[in-house]
Amino acid sequence: MLLRLLLVLVATTGLAVLVPGVASAEGEQVLGTLQTSRSGPIEGVEVTVTTAAGEEVDSVESDEDGRWSVDLPGPGDYVVTIDEDGLPEGVKLAGTDNRTVTVAEGRREPVIIGLEDGSRGGGGGTVRAVQLLVDGIRFGLLIAMAAVGLSLIFGTTGLTNFAHGELVTIGAIVAWYVNVQGGVPLIPATLIAMVAGAAVGALNELGLWRPLRRRGTGLIAALVVSIGLSLLLRYLIQIVYGGRSSPYQVATGRAVDYGLFTLTNRALISIVVSVVVLVLVAVMLQRTKIGKAMRAVADNRDLAASSGIDVNRVILVVWMMGGALAALGGVLLGLSDQVQWDMGFRLLLLMFAGVTLGGLGTAYGALVGSLIVGIFVQMSTLVIPNDVKYVGGLLLLIVILVIRPQGILGSRVRIG
Amino acid sequence: MGDLLDALAVALKAGLGFQAIFFALLAIGINVQFGYAGLLNFGQIAFALVGGFGIAISVSKWGLNFWVGVVIGLAAAVVLALLLGLPTLRLRADYLAIATIATAEGLRLLFRSVSATPVTNGTRGLSAFNGDFIALAPWATNERYRILGTSWSGGELWVALVGWALVILSCLLVWALMRSPWGRVLKSIREDEDAVRSLGKNVYVYKMQALVLGGILGALGGMVYAVGTGSAVPDQYQNANTFLAYAALILGGAARVLGPVVGSIVLLFILQFADTGLRLLIDNGVIPEGLLSSTDVAQIRFVLVGIGLMLLLVFRPQGIFGDRREVMLDAR
Repeated sequence: MLLRLLLVLVATTGLAVLVPGVASAEGEQVLGTLQTSRSGPIEGVEVTVTTAAGEEVDSVESDEDGRWSVDLPGPGDYVVTIDEDGLPEGVKLAGTDNRTVTVAEGRREPVIIGLEDGSRGGGGGTVRAVQLLVDGIRFGLLIAMAAVGLSLIFGTTGLTNFAHGELVTIGAIVAWYVNVQGGVPLIPATLIAMVAGAAVGALNELGLWRPLRRRGTGLIAALVVSIGLSLLLRYLIQIVYGGRSSPYQVATGRAVDYGLFTLTNRALISIVVSVVVLVLVAVMLQRTKIGKAMRAVADNRDLAASSGIDVNRVILVVWMMGGALAALGGVLLGLSDQVQWDMGFRLLLLMFAGVTLGGLGTAYGALVGSLIVGIFVQMSTLVIPNDVKYVGGLLLLIVILVIRPQGILGSRVRIG
Repeated sequence: MGDLLDALAVALKAGLGFQAIFFALLAIGINVQFGYAGLLNFGQIAFALVGGFGIAISVSKWGLNFWVGVVIGLAAAVVLALLLGLPTLRLRADYLAIATIATAEGLRLLFRSVSATPVTNGTRGLSAFNGDFIALAPWATNERYRILGTSWSGGELWVALVGWALVILSCLLVWALMRSPWGRVLKSIREDEDAVRSLGKNVYVYKMQALVLGGILGALGGMVYAVGTGSAVPDQYQNANTFLAYAALILGGAARVLGPVVGSIVLLFILQFADTGLRLLIDNGVIPEGLLSSTDVAQIRFVLVGIGLMLLLVFRPQGIFGDRREVMLDAR
């Protein structure tokens, strides 16, 4: 979370070896990195290591990357103390200035001393609310992007596609393989992922749903088929990609202060990209021939077909567009959280919440609803713990169903 | 050859053990809701979760009697069904599907969250709550017994025996209900809701009763599972299990009393056989480690269930015993 600007030093053994000048001797060592997300690495802070009995072992200063390390005479208990006066303006200790660690034989023990740069809770509740609002807008736009396809597919074919979350995951993972394994920068990797997403969408339509429609498979049966597809893809992805979560290879910028809130550059880019893409989608729906055809098919399929619209072609385009947008949403989600095998499924439930809130089957409803769900989920952390914030979103979904099941922009006839 | 026989024995045990009972009870519940009433409950695992944790929390945390825990678990399932049904049963089928799957996932996240740790022990879950039940077994529970080449501990046998008794009782109940006037109304709701309404029946109440009954059966399944494993961990109640139960139901045949039971036995047998067989093939080097490692095998079962669900729905929606005319459902 952006807010938790209490960042500390966890230096792994691997990192320590990379740093020139840091002893890579065989013996025991304590090491760490001093940094917070707003101040960046902190240089020139004195770190003193004493034995449990109080004898000083050594005293070093952190280097320009905030790293420090001290060689130890042997395994045992040591007390690591940092000099509070050496910390830059605005950075404070989150707890005490020292930490006792037990170092086993031959171990390089990373030491964590909590630092706070004052932004957490700083300025009182309103600022935190603004911060969460901005973060919620970012999250909501992301959901909206993934959900537009879901809503349009529902509108044009009547299918409640439970496998839409997997389109999100596939986009994120294709980008991850191209970016991290292939060494391609993230922006071209994202474009490749979007093309792949569109291809998967087209494959979905041509390989599965069009033949099923031709067979006259009922909507409920199709819904269960989409569940089967979702399970199949989700667990195949877990087999191929594994259960880990890993980030993209991009420069980690530090948060920029905008007065009432702080925002990392990648979050800002995420917001800008989402807005631009969603505006483009809206313009396309409103102005272009294919966009008008999409709305016509969503509104009344038979009428659209009888007025000369090639319904199957429109549905194919909807699937490709939905796939590409879901893939882009997946990359943005992977950027803010991390790439995981079930990220899409978890987002799917919030997408459903957004689409239901906005009105199933309407493109703009998906947009408005998702934005509200995203903001609600992030803002709810004001009162509920962070790890149950998704539950808040799902509760919202149930409340919507009680109060206004047709959604904000939906019409009553659709809900039956 | 010996390996193959071992794999068959392991699979047979899975097809008769408490996992199969768990899925059979879940699927019987879904059968009442989906097979007979046409309700799409995609959150059946949530009922199992409240059932299992009903016992676990009552016994481990509150120090209550095991049977009080059973009652609490069932009551929780009824409350959950009412809460879910109230907003969604008046709406089209897919709204119930979305609301139930969201509830199941939300409950799991809630039970494993840090804030729930004082009650549920978070991700580590609860254990040591089935002692009272295992102690009721009429034979020694710490010995192992061999039946048809499979090895069972006394406790496992006792859980399986009581579990299958529950399954048989549930089937009898469903059979009796479905040939009663109540069951006929339920089936006609599935076929044509408006026609039933025009005959003066309160469709909403019937649907709610079906949802509650199915939920109670699901909670019983969760209890058998919790007692069988001896632990209740939130992550055991992944929503994929709901669809495993759906696969079992559709494989056996929806809207048939014995469909879900046969489906669960066959499905668990197939899955466990595939699981053991694949592990054997990997260990013997028939499948290269690079293609599939033995840690991946656990995921294979859900891949198989996914493929199975799709193929069944497309090519044989009536499963083994079903009647095709009864399962040609469509959203209204």
